Amino acid sequence: MLLIPCPYCGARPEIEFHCGGEAHIARPENPAALSDAEWADYLFIRKSPKGVHAERWLHSHGCGRWFNAVRNTVSDSILATYKMGAPRPDIAADTPAQGGK
Amino acid sequence: MSRLSSGGLIDRATPLAFTFDGRSYKGFAGDTLASALLANDVRLVGRSFKYHRPRGVFSAGSEEPNALVELRTGARREPNTRATMAELYEGLEATSQNRWPSLAFDLLSANQWFSSVLGAGFYYKTFMWPAALWEKLYEPAIRRAAGLGRAAEQADPDSYEKAFAFCDVLVIGGGPSGLLAALTAGRAGARVILADEDTILGGRLNSARTAIDDAAPGAFLARARAELSALPNVRVMPRTTIFGVYDGGTYGALERVGDHLSVPAPFQPRQRYWKIVAKRAVLCAGAFDRPIVFGGNDRPGVMSAQALRTYAVRYAVTPGRNAVVFANNDHAWSAAFDAADAGVKVSAIVDVRETPPPALLAGATARNIRVIAGGEVIATSGKCLSSITVRTRGGTETLQAEVLGISGGATPNLALTSYFGGRPKYDAALAAFVPDQTPPGLSVAGAAAGQFSLAQCFATGAAQGVAAARDAGFAATPAPLPETGDTPTSLSAFWHVQGSKGLAFVDFQNDVSAKDIAIAHKEGFRAVELLKRYTTLGMATDQGKSSNMAGLAIMAELTGQGIGETGTTLFRPPFTPVALGALAGHHREKDFRPTRPTPTHDWARKQGAVFVETGLWLRAQYFPKPGETDWLETVTREVKAVRSSVGLIDVSTFGKIDLQGSDVGVFLDRVYINTFSTLAVGKARYGVMLREDGLVMDDGTTARLADDHYVMTTTTANAAKVYQHLEFCLQVLWPDLDVQLASISEQWAQIAIAGPKSREVLAQVVDAPLDVSNTGLPFMGAVEGRVMGGVKARIFRLSFSGELGYEIAVPARHGEALTRALMAAGAPFGITPYGTEALGVMRIEKGHVSGNELTGQTSARDLGLGKMASTKKDYIGRVMAGRPAFADRDRATFIGFKPVDRAQRLRAGAHFLPLGAVPVMENDEGYMSSVAYSPTLDHWIGLGFLKGGRARIGQKVRAYDPVRGGDIEVEVCDPGFVDPEGERLRV
Repeated sequence: MLLIPCPYCGARPEIEFHCGGEAHIARPENPAALSDAEWADYLFIRKSPKGVHAERWLHSHGCGRWFNAVRNTVSDSILATYKMGAPRPDIAADTPAQGGK
Repeated sequence: MSRLSSGGLIDRATPLAFTFDGRSYKGFAGDTLASALLANDVRLVGRSFKYHRPRGVFSAGSEEPNALVELRTGARREPNTRATMAELYEGLEATSQNRWPSLAFDLLSANQWFSSVLGAGFYYKTFMWPAALWEKLYEPAIRRAAGLGRAAEQADPDSYEKAFAFCDVLVIGGGPSGLLAALTAGRAGARVILADEDTILGGRLNSARTAIDDAAPGAFLARARAELSALPNVRVMPRTTIFGVYDGGTYGALERVGDHLSVPAPFQPRQRYWKIVAKRAVLCAGAFDRPIVFGGNDRPGVMSAQALRTYAVRYAVTPGRNAVVFANNDHAWSAAFDAADAGVKVSAIVDVRETPPPALLAGATARNIRVIAGGEVIATSGKCLSSITVRTRGGTETLQAEVLGISGGATPNLALTSYFGGRPKYDAALAAFVPDQTPPGLSVAGAAAGQFSLAQCFATGAAQGVAAARDAGFAATPAPLPETGDTPTSLSAFWHVQGSKGLAFVDFQNDVSAKDIAIAHKEGFRAVELLKRYTTLGMATDQGKSSNMAGLAIMAELTGQGIGETGTTLFRPPFTPVALGALAGHHREKDFRPTRPTPTHDWARKQGAVFVETGLWLRAQYFPKPGETDWLETVTREVKAVRSSVGLIDVSTFGKIDLQGSDVGVFLDRVYINTFSTLAVGKARYGVMLREDGLVMDDGTTARLADDHYVMTTTTANAAKVYQHLEFCLQVLWPDLDVQLASISEQWAQIAIAGPKSREVLAQVVDAPLDVSNTGLPFMGAVEGRVMGGVKARIFRLSFSGELGYEIAVPARHGEALTRALMAAGAPFGITPYGTEALGVMRIEKGHVSGNELTGQTSARDLGLGKMASTKKDYIGRVMAGRPAFADRDRATFIGFKPVDRAQRLRAGAHFLPLGAVPVMENDEGYMSSVAYSPTLDHWIGLGFLKGGRARIGQKVRAYDPVRGGDIEVEVCDPGFVDPEGERLRV
């Protein structure tokens, strides 16, 4: 079970959460003023990096709040969570999962 | 009987009766089905998967490849149960599987004579052509011939549970290393869980006679068990298999709560699926004794040397009258000695090594066991084993043997270490893979780590227990270790007897022979993962626990690579099979999700309502009266009552969302296609909301109760989805807006009354000074007030039916009282309760869209609602709704239909074709989404989507329904069948 630290509730099991895709994408103020390409970029184009990625998460079976999380898509480890509106923390590389011998 | 006269961990005072293939036998408490069968001289227990060869018990544990049976009968019948893990209970019924007509005489055993064509990959080679025969001929034939047990084909009558547990140190396996790890961590005060798949703690110590602290192992075990059970911070979980390792130190475990009983104890589940979260874990899962590959090594009577020891020492069974051991390692000798000391007649030890250690030779001499050093078993004979042929330097010799204990060495049970992608490494000295990288927080001790001797098990178990407890924050100290003679473990790597006679099996369960490995090699399937798929080596219920090593070694010999370079296939959870029932737990049938009764459910039941599931809700579908013969008659009566007088329906299931704040109007303007910021207080408006892709998400009415207070309704089906959407919009898209949301769907009951007499009924339940006259509460008005002498209420003048209508919302606990009050007030008018069917008929008569039209593939324009869209503001979905394809004149849009021959019935789902057109997809022009028999018009009517839409009113098209054989002409018409001008709802 992956524990995800909700910024409002603390660590909770992953089954309480839903992932909402890439974070930090603002809806354009005036969509009508955008070109088709710009609008398509907003609506459809998403990064899918191998490694560190900032995502929106919803604590759907908990407090119901949206927040952002930095996750390593390779190890599936959550590196940071922070409230909507807060800037993305500067996490360059992931700490690899430590195994015993 | 092959029961030894004394010894064993069985309770001879508790005899148990059981049956196998219908015959009755006796065993004792403490037996497994396997030990009890062997004690009753039942050596043939199953037929093999492909060749239907006779097979016996090979192991004494969870790695068993052969002795799979159907346990229990009827709905509790469980196929592929390992007889070695099935505890005996009174009345146990077991049946052999994969044999026909009987276990002793199996016609399909003829398959083995065709082994030359049934070898590796034969499915792929033999049944290539013609491909059309696969489904009809090849696959059914193969499935009949090759198979395991039969599923019960009835619902499982037992219950299953899910549970969580948390601990500092999880110890996996209760053998010598696990006991020391648990004791060490437990004494330090750590919360310890010790899980073992066996019934009793002790692991191999239950099967050995090795002295510990100068006494039999039982004395040490008794002390250890007593201390563990006395420690309040230690929880011992027997009959519990840790089957998987997951993120965050989570371990999946299956506890067999009631498998050892004929039926589970009252109020107890059959099995319990645990999620155990541990700060640290120590894997002490021991090792498997692996077979040697030689011709005829699968004959009943051939078993692992350690299994022979276990049956002799733990179960007091001699599995055959004359035992021989064939091995390459010292540990098998001590097994032979223990078996002999327990009372089994061990006549010879055949060791591939030329010079076994002198201490062992002395031990054999002392027990009068003949030693054949540098010998190999090259053949076996008998349906069940009766003799073996041994090849030595001096030639060949035949020995009488009913049981042959074989051992190619120990294979560490390290599967759990590789569930996070860790690959074990090869240790040539041990001729075994040992753990390398392990999952976070998991360390390994004892035989699972390649530390095979008893002294090593104690030492590493204690050391890992200390380390784990310290990691979890406890000041653990090493304790003195139990004294034991170091059991010898030297071996000489040996896998495969060359030039032996007959099929030499690598994998008993899947009938994979050494020859199949050679075929795979010759044909290029040399990588271990390909080898597995091509030959089926290591597949099925045992996942190659005993067989994989020899298979890899033989492939390594063939390729000339080392075993380490050849590698192992990836281990995956679960470690042993887990019933889907256990994973589902209580989440089955009606327990899978809640049932939501409406506030008037009990009242409706008393009225004789027939209920229908709409999402999670149970809603009244219609209210049949005595004498009514079918639902259509009832629904017709209900519709006529509403249209002529007054009817009542519970609409509490609609989603209700309370919105408060200074920016609610702005917010609603952004989520609805039409404008709500201009809505006057005391008014309601119908709204449509889109997804950002321009398609309709939901519709409903929203009323403004105050400047900063709105109440939204959604469709029943989309209540949760709309709420989540609004939350997303507020929290993520526009967090600066001053809006607070709350779902009030369950807090408010909402009762609709409709029909020309509805105002007169309503007027009787409202408290003064609330005015519900046409001027006091005009169409689309929304007021707050009191009803029934003081109950807070919200009254909306809305209409779904097309009649004068009101929806009255009261706190949910007053819903039934309100219904009774309205029914009493309406009695003089013959007020009629109606259900979802009549509601649907009336909305179709009015041409309102509903769930059948809001499919997620329809735009507002498709639904005829395009004119509602504001052009003066941005809203979600606006950009995409403007795509040219949505404005295509040929796009199928919303329209009404009636049969040209009014007597004919319409069918929802029928597709439209031009008259006379061939029914092919190219001619498809749309489909019928909703139909109803209209009591008002006295014929069937329908709604649907047709290319060209309203421009084709008056035309005739063909409604083609090949699924139900419908093919009729229909006339295109306006979707408003009844009162299209809406005069009735404004009176």
